[in-house]
Amino acid sequence: MLSFVAQRVLKGVIVLLAIVVLNFFLIRLAPGDPAVVMAGEAGASDQVFVKQLREKFGLDKPLPEQLFIYVKGVVSLDLGFSFRQQAPVAKLIGERLPATLLLTLTAFAISLMLGILFGTFAARFAGTFLDTGITVFALIFYAMPIFWVALMGILLFSVTFDWLPSFGYETVGANLTGLAHAVDVAKHLIMPAMTLGLFFMATYTRMTRASMLEVKRLDFVKTARAKGLSDAVIQRRHVLRNALLPVVTLAGVHSGTLIGGAVITETVFAWPGIGRLMYDALLQRDYNLLLGVFVICSAMVLIFNLITDLVYRLVDPRIEFAS
Amino acid sequence: MPKRVLLGLLLACGLTAPVLAQEPKTGGVINAVIQPEPPGLMLALVQNGPTQMVSGNIFEGLLRYSPKLEPLPELAESWSVSEDAKTYTFKLRKGVTWHDGKPFTAADVLFSIEMLKQTHARARTNLAQVDKVEAPDDYTVVFTLKQPFGPFLGIFEVGSMPMVPKHLYGGTDWKTNPYNNAPVGTGPFMFKEWQKGSFIRLVKNPNYYEKGKPYLDEIYWQIIPDAAARSVAYETGKVDVLPGGSVENFDVPRLSKLKDTCVTGAGWEFFSPLAWLWLNNRQGPLADKRVRQAIMYAIDRDFAKDVIWNGLGKVATGPSASTIKYYTDDVKKYPYDPAKAKALLKEAGYKGEKIRLLPLAYGETWQRWGEAVKQNLQDVGMTIETIATDVAGGNQKIGDWDYDIAFTYLYQYGDPALGVGRNYISSNIAKGQMFNNVEGYSNPEIDKLFADGAIATPDSKRKEIYDKAQKILVEDVPVAWMLELQFPTITRCKVKNLITTGIGVNDGFKDAWLDK
Repeated sequence: MLSFVAQRVLKGVIVLLAIVVLNFFLIRLAPGDPAVVMAGEAGASDQVFVKQLREKFGLDKPLPEQLFIYVKGVVSLDLGFSFRQQAPVAKLIGERLPATLLLTLTAFAISLMLGILFGTFAARFAGTFLDTGITVFALIFYAMPIFWVALMGILLFSVTFDWLPSFGYETVGANLTGLAHAVDVAKHLIMPAMTLGLFFMATYTRMTRASMLEVKRLDFVKTARAKGLSDAVIQRRHVLRNALLPVVTLAGVHSGTLIGGAVITETVFAWPGIGRLMYDALLQRDYNLLLGVFVICSAMVLIFNLITDLVYRLVDPRIEFAS
Repeated sequence: MPKRVLLGLLLACGLTAPVLAQEPKTGGVINAVIQPEPPGLMLALVQNGPTQMVSGNIFEGLLRYSPKLEPLPELAESWSVSEDAKTYTFKLRKGVTWHDGKPFTAADVLFSIEMLKQTHARARTNLAQVDKVEAPDDYTVVFTLKQPFGPFLGIFEVGSMPMVPKHLYGGTDWKTNPYNNAPVGTGPFMFKEWQKGSFIRLVKNPNYYEKGKPYLDEIYWQIIPDAAARSVAYETGKVDVLPGGSVENFDVPRLSKLKDTCVTGAGWEFFSPLAWLWLNNRQGPLADKRVRQAIMYAIDRDFAKDVIWNGLGKVATGPSASTIKYYTDDVKKYPYDPAKAKALLKEAGYKGEKIRLLPLAYGETWQRWGEAVKQNLQDVGMTIETIATDVAGGNQKIGDWDYDIAFTYLYQYGDPALGVGRNYISSNIAKGQMFNNVEGYSNPEIDKLFADGAIATPDSKRKEIYDKAQKILVEDVPVAWMLELQFPTITRCKVKNLITTGIGVNDGFKDAWLDK
């Protein structure tokens, strides 16, 4: 298993470097010059000033040289400096990563747990009113745009009932500590995490349901039933466990993209995460910061894919790692 | 009269925010919205709107300006101008200290000027008129100009020329100076904390030189990126101040009606944002003056004001906003007249050639405005193709002259020599840059008028020159002027004296207090 992991990590590093190079050029293909953006904000613009800014950003150097400098930095774990925000990129990402991880992992847990739970019930009671009800419920949240669900949530739970805060990570200025702070953060987390979680829940529900119905038809389930095992045991041990593999695959794909995929949720709820940092960096053509966020997001996808492969083994011990 | 029009009129008259002569009360915390999150707070290095809004509390300039744009003392307590209008002597306040306790002196002014020439595009342009700056003693600064420059006293507000502590920036690499992220100024509030993506916290400067000020204990600038969420934050009482432009215009009438809410359009006199359409004068049908005039007649600007901007603002008459110096409305008028537009297009021989329109990616209001203008122009027979870009992409297209019609709005900075001429003089035609003469209009008479206007004395002479320039420009239509924009500031009525100058919320909260 160790050699499997080592091999995957090595491949991952190569993929990551390829992504860095690709992103480096893709970003520069987009029209818009960071120096012009900055000069423009001062309400004036002259050639000498823009030239100075370009020199300061290192944008006056030939593209291959810029790429070499950047890749050299990434290899030595230096993601560069954001001239726009006058701070090291790693520091800027580090400040935002915990909030994003809290939001996305909570949302991920919600979607996975509810998705598997609802999917199991839907499969167990396939063709009944409960099955239809669950399917409709899940699809409503999948079909509705995230920003709409978010705004409706705010309208209902913040404006109308005043149960939950409408924005932010914590109550600003309350200076809470310990448990009180944790409760405060949890209150702020409920709506964004549910909004994001309910969206992804639908796919898990549908996937679990379909997969379980397929497994239920297989011979070993009949055998288990013939052995006299209870329905609950058959569903849990035999059907669900075997039906989980596609769900794990899907979760692996989702978990990686959750880091950069929460832009809308973070924006509507003013959640101070990576998604918004990335969005702002894109608008301002903050190349180093944008590339830095992409590196982190790509690394996360690779890491979660590796974890997914390891989880396969736990779910289905018959799977062996090819070294 | 529609309610939104009434609201606009009330705002224009400043009637919804009466400033009562009450005794200020000390203490309290204000929560204000800031949007978007500033990239940095070091005003000498970053000059975007949100940076100035927050940092206008931390840093100060030598002067500030009244709503009528008269200079008021700030770090300079007095000033005098020589008879030949080439020497300006500023006497600095004594007893002013930086937030770290070090004294503010003329050496800081000299250092700031040198730094700003390299880091602040607008200050650099303004200071091009200066031959030398000297400090005969610690509290006197003398500017000697190359030639008289009429608007010189108008370049010293905090956003245009913030003072920087020499002892913290001298001899350092400015771009990586640690104080960029924990700025030290002389202002009424001190930087305390910035949780990126959440809030910026400023606290009262206990050693502020104006005794008793500031009145507030703290300011929290809440960072809420979504416009609808900002409205909700105000509605649910989480924020007390929505500076101009914080919420979409269609939310303004609704929020204005909330209990204990006051609204004012004041505080933008210095900036006087004016919206227009860049028209690429170089190529295609728009090279013909008659087509440009047809565009002016074809666009229903009253509709834009009343419907898209919810009655806020004023239809522009020409290159100067009515709030800045030397404005005249004695110019050719362009009422909404589609028939006249069609006739002019026919006369110019326009045959339906495709014209590209770049809306401004500043949110819903601007998108709607783009659609309305497109419809107006199509109604008179023009073929319009909308090009969607983000702000940076749009700026590059405009700077590279790769457009036909493009939305913009620019500040005017109180004087035609500072904020108007730059868009029409031919020496400002430079490819690859924004906010200069990107339309490519070239008229030697206009060049001469703006050159003369900047150095003419007395004021009556300047007025005469700028009157003439405005008349010529309005006849030539190098760009299509749309609206004098108004960005109403919405506050709880308990917030008093928030806006006391022509720079408004951007000038800091030093006079503001809470009627608890």
